[in-house]
Amino acid sequence: MEWGAVSSEGKEVSTILESGSQRTLSPYVTGTSVLGLKYKDGVIMAADMGGSYGSTLRYKSVERIKPIGKHTLLGASGEISDFQEILRYLDELIIYDHMWDDGNSLGPKEVHNYLNRVMYNRRNKFNPLWNSLVVGGVKNGQKYLGMVGMIGTHYEDNHVATGFGNHLARPIMRAEWREDLTFEEAVKILEKCLLVLLYRDRSAINKFQISKITEEGVTISEPYALKTFWGFSAFQNPTKGAEGSW
Amino acid sequence: MALRGDWVYENNGGTCVAIAGSDYCVVAADTRLSVGYSIYTRDYSKICKLCDSSPLFLLPSPLTASTIYQHQHNKQMSCPAMARLLSNTLYYKRFFPYYTFNILGGLDNEGKGCVYSYDAVGSYERVGYSCQGTGGALIMPVLDNQLKSPSPLLLPARDAVTPLSESEAVDLVKDVFASATERDIYTGDKLEIIVVNASGIRQEFLDLRKD
Repeated sequence: MEWGAVSSEGKEVSTILESGSQRTLSPYVTGTSVLGLKYKDGVIMAADMGGSYGSTLRYKSVERIKPIGKHTLLGASGEISDFQEILRYLDELIIYDHMWDDGNSLGPKEVHNYLNRVMYNRRNKFNPLWNSLVVGGVKNGQKYLGMVGMIGTHYEDNHVATGFGNHLARPIMRAEWREDLTFEEAVKILEKCLLVLLYRDRSAINKFQISKITEEGVTISEPYALKTFWGFSAFQNPTKGAEGSW
Repeated sequence: MALRGDWVYENNGGTCVAIAGSDYCVVAADTRLSVGYSIYTRDYSKICKLCDSSPLFLLPSPLTASTIYQHQHNKQMSCPAMARLLSNTLYYKRFFPYYTFNILGGLDNEGKGCVYSYDAVGSYERVGYSCQGTGGALIMPVLDNQLKSPSPLLLPARDAVTPLSESEAVDLVKDVFASATERDIYTGDKLEIIVVNASGIRQEFLDLRKD
């Protein structure tokens, strides 16, 4: 019996009852945090390019930030294959909308709304898409930045981050974010956050893409690395404060 | 929810209070959205206006795990009618519930304040005041103490509306939220207060502790 399908036959239902709480899926290849920030002219987003297979770093060139239509950027953490499926859904959505040829186009708000419904619908079928998604964009001079989680939890804010990013990067962003941030300043904040994540999130890797979206369109950077410094004394002698441990 | 698995729900916290007066109703909720020890956003409105809405608008949020709080006033659909509609909406999903604890506030057909309080599966009751959510247990006894609702067992039935004036009720709401914020980690950031009376709907905000 397909997972989550609620059968009208008592026998199958009781099998589920007896098995207790079980998950429908577990993620295989995953991406870690995505960061997003509104700035003066639009929205910028950053993510590393790692694809983890459990704790193994399996893929190192995963593009986790993609443009959707003309006005939207989508960043994903979580199951990479589910992200690719979502991109297919969105491709279909954008093309179908384009075929009306009425001069209308879907903006970030519409894309976000669509994803909210898709994510929540899938959780209702007990077959979730194992992702946290960041949606950013600009349309008609209106900046937009939002997030959707695996079970459809969604919100908007001036800065968002998924996973570890919500713990480690958002405090930095809260402290440094301003409405009138220039692009250079915004990049600087994101790189600071990425560096913290690189040091403290074991599945983060030193190969990133930063992308921006403005009224003019989308720019996604070539992959690049940040300069790291491992000379901190706490890194050099990590057990100093806990002698007697291994 | 052993049948379904625990991942389908997520507790996003939040607190809501509603007080009915003789000619007004106050509905208030904080704007923090959290999960576990982390905050998603400090500015998430949990109150929505239902007056000229379709039933679909009733549960606007897919955050089944979060608490959604609602209010309405007495145009189009009356508050008691909306109350039953919300009950039915919740009970419709009796075996896969919307994990939300709602309060509906507004004015009834006579222009009197009314508050309806619900559980997750649609049991509801008209009361004079109510609070729900993560800070609910901290606030309820204070409301009981300050608003002294007559027992529902009394005959003939007494009005449950509070004797407080509108501004006194708003001040009480501000106080109980400021207090709940001190002890409940899921309550804070900002308080959104909606006052419904004969002259319409008014909204105000109050900053709460952000820690």
